Amino acid sequence: MEKLLQVEKLETQFTKDKQKIKILHGVNFHIHQGEVLGLVGESGSGKSITSLSIMKLFKGTSGEINSGRILFNGDEDLINKSETEMRKIRGKQIAMIFQEPMTSLNPVMKIGEQLLEPIRLHLGLEEKKAKEHAVSILKKVGIPRAEEIMNEFPHQLSGGMRQRIMIAMAISCNPQLLIADEPSTALDVTIQAQILDLMKQLQQKEKMSVLLITHDLGVVAEMCERVVVMYAGRVVEEADVFDLFESPKHPYTKGLIASVPKLGQKKEKLDSIKGNVPNPSELPKGCKFAPRCNDVMPICYEQEPPELNLENARSCSCWLYKEERGGIRV
Amino acid sequence: MSKTLLKVTGLKKSFSIPAGMFEKKKLLKAVHDVSFMIPEGKTFSLVGESGCGKSTTGRLISRLIEPGDGEIWLDGEEISQKKEAQLKGMRKKVQMIFQDPYASLNPRMKVRDIVAEPLTIHTNLSRAERYKQVSEILEVVGLSDYHANRYAHEFSGGQRQRIGIARALIMKPKLIIADEPVSALDVSIQAQILNLLKELQAEFDLTYLFISHDLSVVEHISDHIGVMYLGTIVESGPKEVIFSNPQHPYTKALLSSIPIPDPKLRRERIILQGDLPSPVNPPAGCRFHTRCPVAMDICKGTEPPVKPGETAGHFVSCHLVE
Repeated sequence: MEKLLQVEKLETQFTKDKQKIKILHGVNFHIHQGEVLGLVGESGSGKSITSLSIMKLFKGTSGEINSGRILFNGDEDLINKSETEMRKIRGKQIAMIFQEPMTSLNPVMKIGEQLLEPIRLHLGLEEKKAKEHAVSILKKVGIPRAEEIMNEFPHQLSGGMRQRIMIAMAISCNPQLLIADEPSTALDVTIQAQILDLMKQLQQKEKMSVLLITHDLGVVAEMCERVVVMYAGRVVEEADVFDLFESPKHPYTKGLIASVPKLGQKKEKLDSIKGNVPNPSELPKGCKFAPRCNDVMPICYEQEPPELNLENARSCSCWLYKEERGGIRV
Repeated sequence: MSKTLLKVTGLKKSFSIPAGMFEKKKLLKAVHDVSFMIPEGKTFSLVGESGCGKSTTGRLISRLIEPGDGEIWLDGEEISQKKEAQLKGMRKKVQMIFQDPYASLNPRMKVRDIVAEPLTIHTNLSRAERYKQVSEILEVVGLSDYHANRYAHEFSGGQRQRIGIARALIMKPKLIIADEPVSALDVSIQAQILNLLKELQAEFDLTYLFISHDLSVVEHISDHIGVMYLGTIVESGPKEVIFSNPQHPYTKALLSSIPIPDPKLRRERIILQGDLPSPVNPPAGCRFHTRCPVAMDICKGTEPPVKPGETAGHFVSCHLVE
């Protein structure tokens, strides 16, 4: 399968009180054409910053990309693109859905106007055609009385409806890549089920690639084909979704999976990961997970583990493992 | 059987919402006829989606909002109609843990004073005695005395929730009302707090009213569960029954909506259509009939009565159940 997006050694930093704080420390991953990739991690792991870096959405913040490459569609490096060039890509080739449907829609603009913005900008349709296109997209995401909704304001709609509008805006210009940052987290479970179902249908129909950012392992298991696990600004593990849940390699992934209460599981005590997520300005030396790890060894406190390629196209950054080639341990 | 610590019957609460100049005043019926009981030392959970009235129920029982209709019996005493001045005794027995550990701790107070505040109000202990108890209780919730002299913003979410738990525990309450205590936390921290709550229950013989939208968390912590929809309990019963043999179509749909963290278990789900109706104008008859996949004609007009299920303690409100 062809790689649509390839992120290599991405480093992003923010400046606070004249002090530079690195948030991403060399993030590597890729997304194939038509694939749903899950990006999992807890708050502060850098998953949202990764998505903002891909879109270069740093206006009004001190964020900047230090180094690395973001290859889109083969050899286009997004890092070298100017703001004008990025504007042509955002919304057209790469679109994004955010967590909060309340705050990501403009409260004083009619739904129709907001929806028409990207369509006019990127597709260059004349007014009547653009409106028809907008209504057809609204129908596609399951919005009843689409024509009327075009003239309504976001506050007149429920949370689930607003998220549908966000999805409609994102897919209105047939993007190749959809970045969905916690798209269902703010919604109730029954509404979450509707939205996830809708995203899955659209993804299969339109053959989009999706980067799904979430902290919810249930959503990952339900939606994704491959998963990248992040911790403290690094990718610690990457695997096929079945392999990941079947045999997680990194102690952090293991801990994460074990700490989720599962339906039907009779367990008196949940396995938890001790301690807290470290502060990005005070990261420990060596492996960043070492202070919370159950399998910690002396080397973990000294040196950061390299990214190891394991069998089944998996990778893991942990001193517990050795490089595997073709299934044979070296 | 152990004695009943909390018994609630026919609890109702409406809020009037401001109307426009020519409109009629509207009533938001947040809680509509809720009844349940919790035996001492057990955990009863209220689950439901936002707006179903689970938090309002919790706040009514803790008397944080003005009571509506219905009776609340706590430890053999009717508390729903008592005046504020008569409530001091009851307030010692009931403590709350809130969802947002950022908003529920005063940023200008040191942890020591936050945790000691209930003692200042309810006891005549000297400052030294109060602080001694604070150190003991901080130890119990997994913090140490050295945290006591700091402010809340210096702590992470999980640690703040521990502070909130310490504050609730210091009065040695009988009933703890925990309103979404883990939903603002990351999963690894969520597991720590759930484990802590269970340990504390065993150690201090606490009774929990646990309010949550997350069924997997609820299954882990509860003995009994009540499923709420638009202000009413549609199904309640022992945890095992609710999870293995749910009868109400809403409970079934809710269970089927949870994404399961195991890709091998991807399944056909019951996906409910539409949104939650507004509690200002709830549907007539069964309140769930507008979204129910198996609604019948009778559901549109007649409110279903509460019927006992096959297992003791299991109750369902649905016309389909015989």
